[in-house]
Amino acid sequence: MITAEQKPVTEIINYISPYRRILLVGCNECVTVCAAGGKKEVGILASVLHLHFLKQGKNLEIDEITLERQCDPEYVEELAPHIDRADAILSMACGCGVQTIASRYKEKIVFPAVNTKFMGASESQGIWAERCQGCGDCMLGITGGICPVARCSKHLLNGPCGGTSNGQCEIGPETDCAWRLIWERLKELGMEDRYEEIMEAKDWRPSGGAGPRKIIREDLSL
Amino acid sequence: MNNFEPEIVAFCCHYCAYTAADMAGSKRIFYPPNVKIIRVPCTGKVDAIHILKALEKGADGVYVAGCLEGDCHFKNGNTRAKHRVTYVQKYLNDLGWETQRVAMMNMSAGMGERFAGTAREFTEQIRQLGPNPIKIAARNPKEQAAI
Repeated sequence: MITAEQKPVTEIINYISPYRRILLVGCNECVTVCAAGGKKEVGILASVLHLHFLKQGKNLEIDEITLERQCDPEYVEELAPHIDRADAILSMACGCGVQTIASRYKEKIVFPAVNTKFMGASESQGIWAERCQGCGDCMLGITGGICPVARCSKHLLNGPCGGTSNGQCEIGPETDCAWRLIWERLKELGMEDRYEEIMEAKDWRPSGGAGPRKIIREDLSL
Repeated sequence: MNNFEPEIVAFCCHYCAYTAADMAGSKRIFYPPNVKIIRVPCTGKVDAIHILKALEKGADGVYVAGCLEGDCHFKNGNTRAKHRVTYVQKYLNDLGWETQRVAMMNMSAGMGERFAGTAREFTEQIRQLGPNPIKIAARNPKEQAAI
């Protein structure tokens, strides 16, 4: 999923201070799972903003809506009946959701309420870790299901660097050396020979090196 | 300000603090009527939004009273509640509110004295802090007009 964290509340307050009627929009997808911008967080942020502005003597009107998916025009259309009432939109979705709203409702200013972080997986309750960088050419099939692009700090493709120490990365003891994990996994699978294969220099164009990426499925297009 | 009587919302666990309040009543132990009790099946049921809404609606202080640590009837509801109280306190701090307006308390069902004692102490603490800032702002329309 795409992970996100709420922005500092003071930054959000600065964005919306000039406005009186706010449309606060959550998303039922990734940001709900990582507890950054779902229906629950929308309620909490609305209440926090009310606390701040009521203390200032300003009665902020906040409409709370949580869409099924903010990155999908079909669902963003559901905001249409509420747009006219709003002076500004505050989105709690990832950057994709914010931009989908911005492109549909061009006459309204949209502010992000979260910082989009990375594509990650849940390690345990309340902990999410980066697992994919969307390099566009997945190599998990040859690295035992552990990604050196996302999990090696240097994105090395042919074994660990000299900075690995007791299985940890030199950037900090909380980061496992991806290549140690890959080696252990390959050993478990009895596929150590894969480790000997030299990977050629990676083509980073599918990773974004060739500009913004797009998928076109003509069989699905209308 | 001299006549300020705090309004306090206490989310009390059915299995401990709520019964402790009952115990205080049975033993005729006085505790301030400022404390309005909301019985919950477990403090783990109390979410950040409940605490925030209480403040937004004008409560001067809010506390969550759950079982003693390690003694939650539902295993760890009180630990979750403690984290949520801390979470709300962080927001209050960011907004420039006094974090002491919200608190987590722990007691067992038999601690009637403790229930009354914490109710008195918390009420006194909130009395010192003064009214909820929202109420103060509502009383000063001049400032309101300036914003």
